Amino acid sequence: MTSLLIAALVLALMAVAYQQGVSRSKALAGAGRLHSRPQYHGALLALWATLPLLFILFLWLVTSGTLQDWYIAGQIPAEIAPGTSDYAGAAARLRNIASGFGVAGEAQAWETTAGANLARFNTTLLMAAVGLGAILGVAGLVLMRGRLSARMRARNHVEAAIKALLIFCSVVAILTTLGIVVSLVTETIRFFTFVSPVDFFFGTVWNPGYSTTSNEASGSYGMLPLLLGTVMISIIAMAVALPVGLMSAIWLTQYANPRLRNVIKPVIEVLAGIPTIVYGFFALVTVGPALSGLGDLVGLRVNATSALTAGIVMGIMIIPFISSLSDDIIRQVPRAMRDGSLGLGATKSETIRMVIVPAALPGIVGAILLAVSRAIGETMIVVLAAGNAPILRFNPAEPTSTFTVTIVTALTGDADFASPQSLVAFALGLTLFVITLMLNIGALAIVRKYREQYE
Amino acid sequence: MTEILETEAAANDRRRAQVRKSLARRNGAETRFKMLGLASVLAAMAFVAVLFGNILMKGVPAFWQYNLDAEVYFDPAVINLPERPVRQAGQSEADFRAEMLGWQRRLALVNWNRLIVAAVENAGSGVEVDDRAAVSIIDSGARFVLRDMVAADPALIGQTVPVRLLLSADGDNWAKGKLSRDLPDNRQQLTRPARDAIDALIASGAVHPAFAWHIFTNVDSRASPASAGLAGAFMGSFYMMLVVILLAVPVGVASALYLEEFAPKNRVTDLIEVNINNLAAVPSIVFGLLGAAVFINIFHLPLSAPLVGGLVLTLMTLPTIIIATRSALRAVPPSLRQAALGIGASKMQMVFHHVLPVTFPGILTASIIGVAQALGETAPLLLIGMNAFVANIPATPLDQSAALPVQVYLWQGNENRNFFEERTFAAIIVLLGLMILLNALAIWLRTRLERKA
Repeated sequence: MTSLLIAALVLALMAVAYQQGVSRSKALAGAGRLHSRPQYHGALLALWATLPLLFILFLWLVTSGTLQDWYIAGQIPAEIAPGTSDYAGAAARLRNIASGFGVAGEAQAWETTAGANLARFNTTLLMAAVGLGAILGVAGLVLMRGRLSARMRARNHVEAAIKALLIFCSVVAILTTLGIVVSLVTETIRFFTFVSPVDFFFGTVWNPGYSTTSNEASGSYGMLPLLLGTVMISIIAMAVALPVGLMSAIWLTQYANPRLRNVIKPVIEVLAGIPTIVYGFFALVTVGPALSGLGDLVGLRVNATSALTAGIVMGIMIIPFISSLSDDIIRQVPRAMRDGSLGLGATKSETIRMVIVPAALPGIVGAILLAVSRAIGETMIVVLAAGNAPILRFNPAEPTSTFTVTIVTALTGDADFASPQSLVAFALGLTLFVITLMLNIGALAIVRKYREQYE
Repeated sequence: MTEILETEAAANDRRRAQVRKSLARRNGAETRFKMLGLASVLAAMAFVAVLFGNILMKGVPAFWQYNLDAEVYFDPAVINLPERPVRQAGQSEADFRAEMLGWQRRLALVNWNRLIVAAVENAGSGVEVDDRAAVSIIDSGARFVLRDMVAADPALIGQTVPVRLLLSADGDNWAKGKLSRDLPDNRQQLTRPARDAIDALIASGAVHPAFAWHIFTNVDSRASPASAGLAGAFMGSFYMMLVVILLAVPVGVASALYLEEFAPKNRVTDLIEVNINNLAAVPSIVFGLLGAAVFINIFHLPLSAPLVGGLVLTLMTLPTIIIATRSALRAVPPSLRQAALGIGASKMQMVFHHVLPVTFPGILTASIIGVAQALGETAPLLLIGMNAFVANIPATPLDQSAALPVQVYLWQGNENRNFFEERTFAAIIVLLGLMILLNALAIWLRTRLERKA
């Protein structure tokens, strides 16, 4: 209710200011040629009127909780020591009385008066904030209204404000990267106060001992088994996705007739839009048991949840990624090269193998790097289908574990956030981030260089 | 002389034969290569077909569940309740709530199972079922259905009312034939009388399948898996998408506008550009780590809240929207810009009055596709606590909530695999259905708006 009233106040002030600006500038128009159209004068006044009000309200929003706590501290009798559960209970009761919700049963006399005081304090605080904001807003309005003139560059001022907003929005992306790097690095440093970096990066045993009594690191945190699992699954995925994706792209660009191509391409790209959790469940329920049965047929023991299961399904997921990237790259190979080769009597497949693919190779390598970076960072397929067994072994038919699986298990368990068992997620996340970043930068550099070559 | 000519002719013949032979080999290679390409395309299409076929085949049956059409007698001897309290004048809100809670506690303490047992016994199966068997047939959520009927209308007490009771997960499994009938008694989840009763009731028509609307209207439940639904997860996802639309789309478009139209070409804008390209390829789980470290641990925003999930997904979707909007802006012909500037528009007017309206279809499509992508994302949500079990429909974006993809994750981990495998596929169908709907909307809007433009 109150927030609606305040919103109405802001909107009303904005409307009045805009109206004032427009009518004032129309009056000025008689005196001489206006630099800006009346709307811009109106918008400028609206900005000057509402920005101070919004700023004060923002301050109130940020500080009111602290101010309220400080006021409650003065109201609660000294015999209830701060920091105890009694104190928190009393504070909650006061808040409930002040908000009009009341407490079950009879409130004590001091509670009733303190609650009433608190309610009065809250109202006063809000009123003061709204009042101060409104006064500043009106002051801004009056001040700027007096300064409006025919030659005033109102449009430039308004446009500068809009531009500032646009710049702020494009900085959000930078802030996100900064946030990722800073949070990962600080938590990783905290993790390294428990476990030495050498043990982490070069250890071959992953066995974080979960202890319920202390936050000491009681296990081993060697990431090599996880790295092996990640690499193994990525290799299997690429072994599935690369031939199928690349050959599909070649067939679609070189052999298929355009109408067929327009039907087939979107169908394959559907694979890219399916959420990874769906692939994960598909792997767990259908592909895993099927592989296991196939293994039994030929006399091999294949675990239903294994690197193989996760890798194959991840490969299926990556097919459209490889095929549409290679498709773009193959189309960029100049037609003259292709025609030259065909004119010399090479067959179509020879042209593709000896001219087009070598010419497109840098681009294709870039696409592969991007696909690998996706495979390494993929989470839900491996969480469901890789079996979560962080053991250093090279058999793809056995369960394994990856960086992403371990991050999920570390942060979804019951361990305290400050314990090494949780913090290790950030160390793994940082490693993952750096690996994928390097792959991406490499891939983008290759792709860009290649594009320049043929443009 | 003739000898030489002869040898030349022979050499020519030999060469021709060689070429013919090699040509056959090369054409064979050509055919093989072409077939290999076709096989790859067919394999990729087969994956699509198998995936969707598998999901539909296993998921669609979950939308029909077996019910018992029962006559429930609200026995006053079992339901022993005082009058429902009414708020008195002068009574404080807290006092009234306390009194209401007391009444609701009495209501909850009623032995609703006795009504269900009586209803099953009177259903006319002809099989002697003991109380425990009777209760095991019916979903344990039926208790709450009866309780809520009385809470809504206390006048029902003493009446006999036809009620459709949902079969329990085990009962549904048996009725659908998912459990082998050859297994010995000690390996069956239901006792022999319970199984016989279900068979008899199916034969008499009292137990029959009906469309399971509760999948859409109920929240998740652990105690009564048969009546667990997606409503809470749907609302959670809805709030998150709302946050993404309200934050990611305007910020992304504004950012793309600045970078493409206003930014000077210097090292700072280069840095922003490289940064956005890299951010688009950062694994989604890293965004989850950011959310856990910053939103949860530093800002102390609530765990499992759609607001936090929405913020994390916003940061993740932002690069996609920026990149797509920029390419839409790049496609606008420079003549449009020059014409606007030429007749005296300021740069800002040129952008907002002329360029942006033309790119509107492209931006809209990019936004919808970005939102669809965010809708299916699971991993970052697990790290901000959204894997918690929540049996409520969130009223605000700050309440605890599940989300559709996370619900899939939670259901696939349920111990009652027989029942929940199908149910998980049903949740996947709902999720994919929403995504297909969003994408279809994007395509429809694009064709429609582009025709106009």
